[in-house]
Amino acid sequence: MEYEAVIGLETHVQLKTRTKMWCGCANEYGADANTNVCPVCLGLPGVLPVPNAEALRLTALTGFLLNCDVPSYAKWDRKNYFYPDNPKNYQLTQLDFPSTITGFVEFELGGELESVRINRAHLEEDVGKSFHFADYSGVDFNRAGVPLLEIVTEPDITSGDMAYEYLNALKSILEYGGVSDCDMEKGQVRCDVNISVRPIGQQELGEKIEIKNMNSFSGVRRAAEYEIARQIEVLEEGGQLVQETRRWDDDAGITDSMRTKEDAHDYRYFPDPDLMPHRPSKEWLEAIREEVVELPLARERRLMEQYELPAGDADVFVGDAALGNYFEEAAKGLKNPKQAANWVINNLQAKLVETETSVADLKFPAVAIGELIGLVEGGQISSKIAQEVFAEMFASGKSPAIIVEEKGLSQVSDSGELEAFCREAIEANPGPADDFRNGKEAALNFLKGQVMKASRGKANPQMVGELLAKILNG
Amino acid sequence: MEMDLSRAVKLARIELTPEEEQRLAPQLGEVLQYVEKLNGLDVSGVEPTAHATPLSNVMREDEPRESLSQEDALRNAPKTANGLFVVPKIVE
Amino acid sequence: MVHFLTIHQLLEQLRAGELSSREATQACLDRVEKVDGRLNAFISVDATDALAQADAADQSRAAGEDLPMLGVPVAIKDVLAVKDQPLNCASKILGEFNSPYDATVIQKLRAAGAVVFGRLNMDEFAMGSSNENSAFGPARNPWNTDCIPGGSSGGSAVAVAADECIASLGSDTGGSIRQPAALCGCVGLKPTYGRVSRYGLVAFASSLDQVGPFTKDVRDAATLLQVIAGADEQDSTNVPEPVPDYSAALSGDVKGLRIGLPREYQVEGLDPEVKAATDAAVKQLEALGAEVKEISLPHTEYAIATYYIIATAEASANLARFEGVRYGARLDGADPEEMNRKTRGAGFGEEVKRRIILGTYVLSSGYYDAYYLRAQKVRTLIRQDFLKAFEEVDLIASPTTPTPAFKIGEKTGDPLQMYLSDIYTISCNLAGLCGISVPCGFSKAGLPIGLQLLGKPFGEPDLLRAAHAYEQATDWHTHRPNLD
Repeated sequence: MEYEAVIGLETHVQLKTRTKMWCGCANEYGADANTNVCPVCLGLPGVLPVPNAEALRLTALTGFLLNCDVPSYAKWDRKNYFYPDNPKNYQLTQLDFPSTITGFVEFELGGELESVRINRAHLEEDVGKSFHFADYSGVDFNRAGVPLLEIVTEPDITSGDMAYEYLNALKSILEYGGVSDCDMEKGQVRCDVNISVRPIGQQELGEKIEIKNMNSFSGVRRAAEYEIARQIEVLEEGGQLVQETRRWDDDAGITDSMRTKEDAHDYRYFPDPDLMPHRPSKEWLEAIREEVVELPLARERRLMEQYELPAGDADVFVGDAALGNYFEEAAKGLKNPKQAANWVINNLQAKLVETETSVADLKFPAVAIGELIGLVEGGQISSKIAQEVFAEMFASGKSPAIIVEEKGLSQVSDSGELEAFCREAIEANPGPADDFRNGKEAALNFLKGQVMKASRGKANPQMVGELLAKILNG
Repeated sequence: MEMDLSRAVKLARIELTPEEEQRLAPQLGEVLQYVEKLNGLDVSGVEPTAHATPLSNVMREDEPRESLSQEDALRNAPKTANGLFVVPKIVE
Repeated sequence: MVHFLTIHQLLEQLRAGELSSREATQACLDRVEKVDGRLNAFISVDATDALAQADAADQSRAAGEDLPMLGVPVAIKDVLAVKDQPLNCASKILGEFNSPYDATVIQKLRAAGAVVFGRLNMDEFAMGSSNENSAFGPARNPWNTDCIPGGSSGGSAVAVAADECIASLGSDTGGSIRQPAALCGCVGLKPTYGRVSRYGLVAFASSLDQVGPFTKDVRDAATLLQVIAGADEQDSTNVPEPVPDYSAALSGDVKGLRIGLPREYQVEGLDPEVKAATDAAVKQLEALGAEVKEISLPHTEYAIATYYIIATAEASANLARFEGVRYGARLDGADPEEMNRKTRGAGFGEEVKRRIILGTYVLSSGYYDAYYLRAQKVRTLIRQDFLKAFEEVDLIASPTTPTPAFKIGEKTGDPLQMYLSDIYTISCNLAGLCGISVPCGFSKAGLPIGLQLLGKPFGEPDLLRAAHAYEQATDWHTHRPNLD
């Protein structure tokens, strides 16, 4: 029998705010234990939460980035469970009216465009961090109350690879949107994997197995692959799967059972009486919508289509959004945008690396790139001189035309002046001149080079070639 | 009416003495029986009230405020070590 | 006899330079010393700290400063956080807890110049109507020390009625200010939900709790409310409604004020003496020019059931933080779960355990819709009853309690009977209204009786106006228990 896997992911992402979700303590990794804490995030008697506006804003922004709806009503609920890292012993979260719902994430998998539907992205609070010693555990509450977005997919994922690519796409979207730094080392992204298998063609889902608290994407891929194989094997051997929570052992590369449904929690959710509902206004949502940036995949596809760029160039501009924006500015109105891409990638990017500066530091406007290209195309300067002009643009910020003017770099196209250069070159090099007269065409290039040299590169190479031939052919 | 307390007692993490359990079960059973009177009301179409006041969109700006010192944070802790709140070993 | 003074009397003498805050504070401390062994209103008093605040107030006044309550000693219920003072909520479970922060109302009192002192006795975590559920022993009624003072803010009522302080703060979740005020013969005001910040008030039931004043007369209630009311950015449920001048409402004029008498409040178990006293009080208001009419609050009989589901459910989560990890009296265990279980088993008193278990039960899987969700819907109906009634009347009058104070121990074995005595006070919290209890007589046994007035949300000015006019026409508030 053939089986298929059905996988859903719940990804917890720490939001990039200055302060925690309910209090003004710093949202900061790596401080001394229990120094980013106050009565509120320690859950002292009598304290109350007040929502961080920036966390709500970033949540709505994520909603837009993930193609979600942002409903006109969201509320807060208490999820009750005891755990030493949970200061109030209830976690504030959003049960039935989350801040964002129903979206999708697109990504490439094996060259194909894939899509995973998003069920919801709801806002909640992180818990403290436990440390385990020989005969006791210790808790640091610096992380308690950090805003956490839980992004829940529909069960659309069918393989470990697909889960892996979805997570990478999600991460790059959130980083791109400035929602989270998604630093895995700092535990800013954690993932729960829900996974079941069923015979192909069967409608109802198999028993759901949850793997908790994964902190690497490759771990998710390996755990999913392992778990799919394990579940199929159990079924093929005539065994039964039960709904349970399993733990991934990264070193051993296996999952093992933590708890079954019988001892599942009863979280006793109920609406939080300390927090009022959120009713996003149209103006608030519009202001956030204006900040929505184009997502990496969409941007790559658009750059390739709109500017006829090869994938390699588009990749560079997706990877460095500022450089990409600069390119688009420079390419405005150009007949051949690929030339602008060449300048930006081959020259500008190299200069920026060399001088350890960024696009924001540039002294000249993007439109200058187009002017430079125009000078070459119009025959005013050679592409070699253009390199010199560019170096000067980078150093001084002056416009290409002014640089050419000031430095007298303008191409010599005056036929009288050029003729003088040509005659000098012929006289000084009788051998090659004779070679040409005797039918050795290549000899012309040598003479041309001499003319260019004598004119310090300013001679119009095409005219030089024509003039030389005319004189020699007499 | 006797009420099966065991699940709620376990969830609430309250250790009861056998005497307490014997007293509480009938008392709570009586209260639960009393509150059954709400079942006599037709509440279809009625919105639930979670708050006594109709506010929404209460937020604060993302501005840092001073935190407690580690000493003040830990000052009421039953047990501490290395700046951490110490608890019996967590096994999961 | 300085401790007998009201806020406004004391301020007059302080402003005239006839008296210092140190003298007033010392007088209160002496009074505590003298009578509190019998009354047990205070769990603890930090005399040194109180006198230091009094001295600071005297220095400010000498420097020409005047503040709304500069130098006035105000005692605090043990459910409000005061920086560097113990906070126990009359429970064993908090152990040696010492607060690292001030509640917002405490900050406001300090900003108004008050001397904040004492930890007042109460029912543990504000759960109770008799002050018998205190880990520090029951507070006693100053009019008869065999009787309960009411609860949960029993100590707050006793301290004011016995002149151990000039005024006090308490909290009211289902009557915990108005009921003990009535049973001890002082003024107790529960502000509209959202009027006073709850930051630093240890939560019992977050959607019902409010902080409010206990005072010796209505003018003082207006003064103290003025100080503690207002917006607070640390409480999301605080309503940013402007705070009116409450003292300006004390015009003495109730002409045309419409007062409703709920038909449904004529319940079985209403003591005839209480009925007679409150009927007379309503007649008095009518004589002063108020219009009295009968109204209906059809869902009254469901209020207690609704309350005990909602309040206990919220409490079961609010009190989960008391488990011995970050603070409090821990009992060791082999793992965190056992440590939590033992700590909570030993630390909570029986009524608190009862309510946490009940609240856990009504929220648990399979019961939520039948109990909690249904109660929230009935709460809507109860609130609608009041909002409808307030289209016809400005205030609603009733007894505060169905009976005067009962004997200590009389009802301890029967929690349901105890709950049923909250009938007149509970709806006010469910509907988010304001309410006040003012003295309106005594039983033949010499125990105080209270008249309750309820006002619409943010209707405190009408409430104070009517209570003040009534008070001015009677002398019940001037009676004092004999404690010599």
